[in-house]
Amino acid sequence: MYVYDEHDRQMAAERVAQFRDQTERALAGELAEDEFLPLRLQNGLYVQRLAPMLRICVPYGMLRSDQLRRLARITRDYDKGYAHFTTRQNVQLNWPALEDVPDILAELAEVEMHANQTSGNCIRNTTTDQFSGVQSDEIADPRPYCEIIRQWSTFHPEFAFLPRKFKVAVNASEHTDRAAIQVHDIGLQMVRNDAGELGFRVHVGGGLGRTPMVGPVIREFLPELDLLTYLEAVLRVYNRYGRRDNKFKARIKILVKALTPEGFAEKVEAEWQHIKDSPSRLTREAIERIQAYFTEPDYADLANATDLLAKQRFENREFDQWLAHNVDTHKKPGYAIVTLTMKKTGTPPGDVTDRQLEQIADLADDYSFGEVRVTHQQNVVLADVRQDRLLELWQAITPMGFGTANLNTLTDVICCPGGDYCALANAKSIPVAEAIQRKFDDLDYLYDLGNIDLNISGCMNACGHHHVGNIGVLGVDKKGEEFYQISLGGSSHHDAAIGKILGPSFAREEMPEVIAKIIDVYVDKRTEEETFLDTYRRVGIDPFKERVYA
Amino acid sequence: MPNVIASDGTIRQDNWVVVPRPAEGESLDIPSAQPALIPADLWLAGYEHFTGRQDIGVWFDSHDEPEILEGRVNELPVIAVNFPKFSDGRGYSIGRLLRERFGYVNELRAIGDVLLDQLQFMKRCGFDAYVLRPDKDITKAQRCLNFFSQGYQAATDTDIPLFRRRAS
Repeated sequence: MYVYDEHDRQMAAERVAQFRDQTERALAGELAEDEFLPLRLQNGLYVQRLAPMLRICVPYGMLRSDQLRRLARITRDYDKGYAHFTTRQNVQLNWPALEDVPDILAELAEVEMHANQTSGNCIRNTTTDQFSGVQSDEIADPRPYCEIIRQWSTFHPEFAFLPRKFKVAVNASEHTDRAAIQVHDIGLQMVRNDAGELGFRVHVGGGLGRTPMVGPVIREFLPELDLLTYLEAVLRVYNRYGRRDNKFKARIKILVKALTPEGFAEKVEAEWQHIKDSPSRLTREAIERIQAYFTEPDYADLANATDLLAKQRFENREFDQWLAHNVDTHKKPGYAIVTLTMKKTGTPPGDVTDRQLEQIADLADDYSFGEVRVTHQQNVVLADVRQDRLLELWQAITPMGFGTANLNTLTDVICCPGGDYCALANAKSIPVAEAIQRKFDDLDYLYDLGNIDLNISGCMNACGHHHVGNIGVLGVDKKGEEFYQISLGGSSHHDAAIGKILGPSFAREEMPEVIAKIIDVYVDKRTEEETFLDTYRRVGIDPFKERVYA
Repeated sequence: MPNVIASDGTIRQDNWVVVPRPAEGESLDIPSAQPALIPADLWLAGYEHFTGRQDIGVWFDSHDEPEILEGRVNELPVIAVNFPKFSDGRGYSIGRLLRERFGYVNELRAIGDVLLDQLQFMKRCGFDAYVLRPDKDITKAQRCLNFFSQGYQAATDTDIPLFRRRAS
């Protein structure tokens, strides 16, 4: 994992001092509300329905155990003892006091953390696959490139006041896309060209929100050394020509659509020709220097524990289920990837207490070389667990509430904080998630249903990624009452698609029953091998409509 | 007379006046005894008349294209860029293009909704003169120009990004 050097430390300290100065001027009335707004947003601070909310950056989802312990301490000292894992691999505090935020940022800086650019109209945290570096089918480890992008985008003087927020995601796996890159402003798919050279296929202009779009490819192959100059060209074209007259038309996807992907690509290419050979072009040494931070941990030389696991699974059915759903194959023999689910029914998806943060830190130290990864599905991954210790780990996490074996099933809901916390929301989202989790509490039935992405957003801003859920739920406001609109057929994976709206919206109490009817249609219509999405794609939306609105 | 901040934080006064774009059918109202900044496209339109004059500079609005002055920027003693609202970031790209692409070497002045917390971004993008919005405390400019001792990326102030400095 990346470790700060003296340059990083110095800039982090300067950033804290700057925000302390800005906060003091805001409190003294020297900065008007609208002048302070982008400054606090670019330090992660929102003013929410009930209290300020601080969004802390977890670069590409990686956290060390000492950082988790510091987060736990901060939630105790400055907040109400819990935190929330977001759908962008970050962490949010819901109750900090405005005047404490500079102190919180100083505490974070001590453990090489920050809240830079986690909000505001700037380049946000770059995200990637939570299984980076431990899966066998990746082109290369994407995390060094994410860190290179993080450094380039941090305090970028030209791009601090873009027309709108800007999100970059990187994927390196050949067969899966856990980073949902095609619904980002820039999606970078790592590829090798025919000569075997490493580079990126560049998607620009994907996104959710009010105008959901799958990002078109604007360059089939970008050599890795050209990464930063090309990003700079894309951002410059967007900064100059993106719309600023209407907040809802200001994302880069609107510009790409207006110019057409080909027209946009031409403009970028023309800009890039001027800067591609500048000193901002990456060097092999610069990449290798960052890659050196992401070397393999000190793995033991092991064989796969096939016989032992078979015996343990035979003796313990619940362990067997957990292993089948929450544990993934590791590239290294004898190791496994474990996802701790933060989706226990009755707890808002992604919420953790200070004690749980410390438990996760202890688990990381005991089982996974002191590191974890936060996923955009709001779960936490222990990436390097020995197979012969899986049973012991499962026994340890079950009482902690992290062992619910529902990963990727219907009840592994992606859910934004919604109207319970967020000032933007039209409707609550957490109670809907909980009601659905309660309705579908039979694990065997969930397993039979297979992988289903259920995504819930409390408003059009789509923090819960509802457009790309196989089943998407969007909270809407109808004359002051909360209603929920359903869409079907979305996907955030390699076969990315935006869901189609089913029909008129429903009251909250109807939602579990409506979801049950949708599931019934799937169960009736599916063939042996089909997932929910497969069946939907084959039969279309009509059978679902007929059943739900019958 | 406006107070003008230099990149080192020192303050001077000068009497450059910003001449607004004339309404349709009107002509430019250039004061006779004062140096004036006029809309860049109008300078170009009256090139024969204005070129070589040390008391005439130009200004760009944030949606203007600095490309129109390519090849001629150094005929101007001052170029200003207007920030109509501090949150409009197009002026940063204009600054960098004037300096880095078109090789402009004379004064580059930030005008309009120029606040303290954006000064260092402007400095990094090639500006070297700043007319702060009058209600802001000009004595704090020096501190705000220097919150950061370095940057990660190349810009106008240095073309060497940190990854190259680290290597040496």
